Amino acid sequence: MLLAALFLIAGVLTLAFFLSVSDNLIQIEAQKQGIDTRKKNLSVFPSLGNLFGKPAPEFADKSKFHNLKQGHDLKLVGSASGTPVKANVSRYALKPTDFRGIAPIPKMEVAVGDEVLAGQPVFYDKLSPEIKYVAPVSGEVVELRRGAKRAVSHIVILADKEQKHKQHDILNVDTASKQDIINYLQAAGAWNLLNQRPFDIIADPTVTPDNIFISTFSTAPLAPDNSALLDGRTADLQEAIDTLSRLTSGKVYLGLDGRGNSPHPTLSKVTGAEKHYFNGKHPAGNVGVQIHHTAPIKNNSAVWTLTLEGALTLGRLMNAGIYDSSKIVALTGAQFDSPQLVKTYAGASIAELTKGNIKAEGTTRLIQGDVLSGKVLGEDDFLSQGENQITSIKEGDQHELFGWLLPIKPRPSISKTMPGFLMPNHQYEANTNTHGEKRAFVVTGQYEKMLPMDIFPQHLMKAIMAGDIERMEGLGINELSEEDIALAEFSCTSKMPLQSILRDGLDMMREQG
Amino acid sequence: MGLLNFLKRIEPDKKKSPFLHTLYDGFFTFAYAPDSVTKEGVHVRDGMDLKRTMVMVVLAMQLCYVFGTYNIGHQHFVAAGQYLGFLEGFHLKLTHGLIKLLPIFLWTHIIGLGIEFWFAAKKGHAIEEGFLVSGALIPLIMPPDIPIWILCVSVAFAVILGKEAFGGTGMNIWNVALLARVFVFFAYPTTISGDEVWVSGFESMASGAVAEYGWAHGLFDKLFSWMDIDVFPAAAAVVDGYSGATPLALAYQGGWENVTATFSESQMFWGSIPGSIGETSKPLILIGAAILLATGIASWRIMLSMFIGAAIMGMMLNGWGATPFMTVPWQYQFYMGSFFFAMAFMATDPVTAASTNTGKWIYGLLIGMIGMLIRVINPAYPEGWMLAILFLNTFAPLIDHYVLEGNMKRRMKASAAAVSSHSVHSENEVTHA
Repeated sequence: MLLAALFLIAGVLTLAFFLSVSDNLIQIEAQKQGIDTRKKNLSVFPSLGNLFGKPAPEFADKSKFHNLKQGHDLKLVGSASGTPVKANVSRYALKPTDFRGIAPIPKMEVAVGDEVLAGQPVFYDKLSPEIKYVAPVSGEVVELRRGAKRAVSHIVILADKEQKHKQHDILNVDTASKQDIINYLQAAGAWNLLNQRPFDIIADPTVTPDNIFISTFSTAPLAPDNSALLDGRTADLQEAIDTLSRLTSGKVYLGLDGRGNSPHPTLSKVTGAEKHYFNGKHPAGNVGVQIHHTAPIKNNSAVWTLTLEGALTLGRLMNAGIYDSSKIVALTGAQFDSPQLVKTYAGASIAELTKGNIKAEGTTRLIQGDVLSGKVLGEDDFLSQGENQITSIKEGDQHELFGWLLPIKPRPSISKTMPGFLMPNHQYEANTNTHGEKRAFVVTGQYEKMLPMDIFPQHLMKAIMAGDIERMEGLGINELSEEDIALAEFSCTSKMPLQSILRDGLDMMREQG
Repeated sequence: MGLLNFLKRIEPDKKKSPFLHTLYDGFFTFAYAPDSVTKEGVHVRDGMDLKRTMVMVVLAMQLCYVFGTYNIGHQHFVAAGQYLGFLEGFHLKLTHGLIKLLPIFLWTHIIGLGIEFWFAAKKGHAIEEGFLVSGALIPLIMPPDIPIWILCVSVAFAVILGKEAFGGTGMNIWNVALLARVFVFFAYPTTISGDEVWVSGFESMASGAVAEYGWAHGLFDKLFSWMDIDVFPAAAAVVDGYSGATPLALAYQGGWENVTATFSESQMFWGSIPGSIGETSKPLILIGAAILLATGIASWRIMLSMFIGAAIMGMMLNGWGATPFMTVPWQYQFYMGSFFFAMAFMATDPVTAASTNTGKWIYGLLIGMIGMLIRVINPAYPEGWMLAILFLNTFAPLIDHYVLEGNMKRRMKASAAAVSSHSVHSENEVTHA
């Protein structure tokens, strides 16, 4: 009996062995032929995703629906929803330091006391003077704040009650040449809405991007829902897509939320862009992840990305001839008395936006963006160009007795040693404590679970630390930006600063050319 | 907050006495989670840190400690032919076990942590948690009768050459605990090999050899006689015909029948057999393994593939069947020796194992196959996991290297195709759309 069972097991194993080997040979041959086996399943075995993954909802084309398994939704207290209210903000600023890839000293076109229109150039980069950076609002320039090496870091404008826009001629996208479009966007101040990857820098006008990507949703902690932004903007988004299609040799891709509800009418109506749906936890909404699953960035080439807000601003410019920087900002996080959505313009004063809304108890940290990849802001600072969220959390500068072993207050964690995994919908009141000290890499496989990409983050980090350029490129550094790796940094047991390591690596790659 | 203030007040000066400061820092961060806040990058950090990770592993092996301690005493009395029932003479067995285990445990930590603290002070970094696990593992994989001085030398060797020489926790190539064990194995083969070491408290395993009881036993004897319960027997001696051989030694000599003549299957399963201190009881080890798997601390890929590898090699050896040991049915191989302990606690060490998921499958599979092969073929010592794991520790970076090469080649090829023929590329894109 036992012998028979053994023979049976041995037989099955042998059969499975040969099947698996021949299956692999097919895949190898397919790769040699240049077929991407990650997209087309040539195996005799169905992929697990097909068997157990969520089926594509009816609004999504099956071949353009992506189920992403890795990732984690960090649930925090203080989400903002409802109808956006008009913010009472009088001071706005344009910050040259927001734009990565320009020379450190911006050339000013205005001085204190000048009156400017919304959309009027205020400074330019001496390396590419044709690209203009424009005022987000109309009003009087009241301050030129200076930072390191006396370079201007803030151009502060006291806004007019009635906003006046600089009116541009309307360009016909269908008849204009590609160079005309580029010149138009540069002169009107919309060029810096285009972001180039790899390296996350202002798009280089001499480069023709392989593709242009726009993610229409965010999965970041407490990130606002974009539907308020999209209401009634079909024409603008359509115009943006038409314009962008002229600038790329490939296509314009839209990344849509595939997690459940059917898409916003604006998104269903627009045409001319290839729409892909993404279902998964954070970072499924990150444009870098979406690029990886639609048309990955090749070495020695570049793609451009825009935020949804940026695309709408660009579309409005092409439609109406004005640079409209109005945006909806989400005030989120546990330290706000009333988290809410507010209507304002780019560069709004933080002090005025958050006035009377911050809890007195504890020290508050204000972050522009989300808690994973946002930047700390002082109260007298101004919102950066591409941001649409301010998060407030409590500082965690306190010792905790046996805090590592017996945590009293619940804290977010991906570890199953914490009771949190039993309550997947609990909203945490997280603070900024590091919950441990920095150590060498010990735990493996952790980052891979937080990044739905075919990339080995830990090995990439080690390659960066070793300064091995070739290996960094091979392991896919060009496909990554800080926001993509932020969740892995959150989960890191060794408390490694992954985002800053990655930025060092990207800078290294950029210097290499 | 009184305790916190007190601890803050007694903090030694870092410049004047670096060693004391390191020591203080180690204990302070053990008591209080640090008040440091995030600076750049993420603003919120996961509640998990390395201390918690390591302590979870230590907690997972506590049952092995409890059982191992008692089993030391049990095996001692079985050799003497007294209290043959497992629970008979409970207090004597537990006392004897503790008297044997505590020095091993304490000396492991005095030497290991001492070296760790010294290096941390010397290099000016915080004490790292790696030795929490190594220090808990080492006593469990030592034979109960190991001379303390050999233990100390082996721990010092493992920590200095195996870990600190490479830069400390996270940098080592070989599993530190296994390095200590392998040092004992290779450096003191005459003292530590054979059937003599698995039962403690006797001069030798020859029949009639008397038990050696020290001052600690005497102390407890006074207590026990005052409590009016059994004391340690005055003239305990090894009974005739007792060999002290482990199941693996028996299997090597005469196959499975020879093993079952001495030990029953349930005895081997539950672990009341001679062997290294913590590795005999399979169910308790499996509970530990289950804790590690449920908390996600250990890699299930390594555990599963190691089991598959050992089973496959067991079947192949069954097919060969050249020696009595080879004919032991493969499933019974798991009843003997320290397979499960090695699988749960040794092979899964994340620092020395393969670090890619594909690599983990290969790594575990090869440990299982090679370990089983060594166990059955090696004439000097019928067990193979220690050697197999150290061997694969050495090759884990190579396995990872090929996995990463695959990833890099795939990416390079996709890029090369795009550069060489852009038109073809866009054509592909159209058909794909």
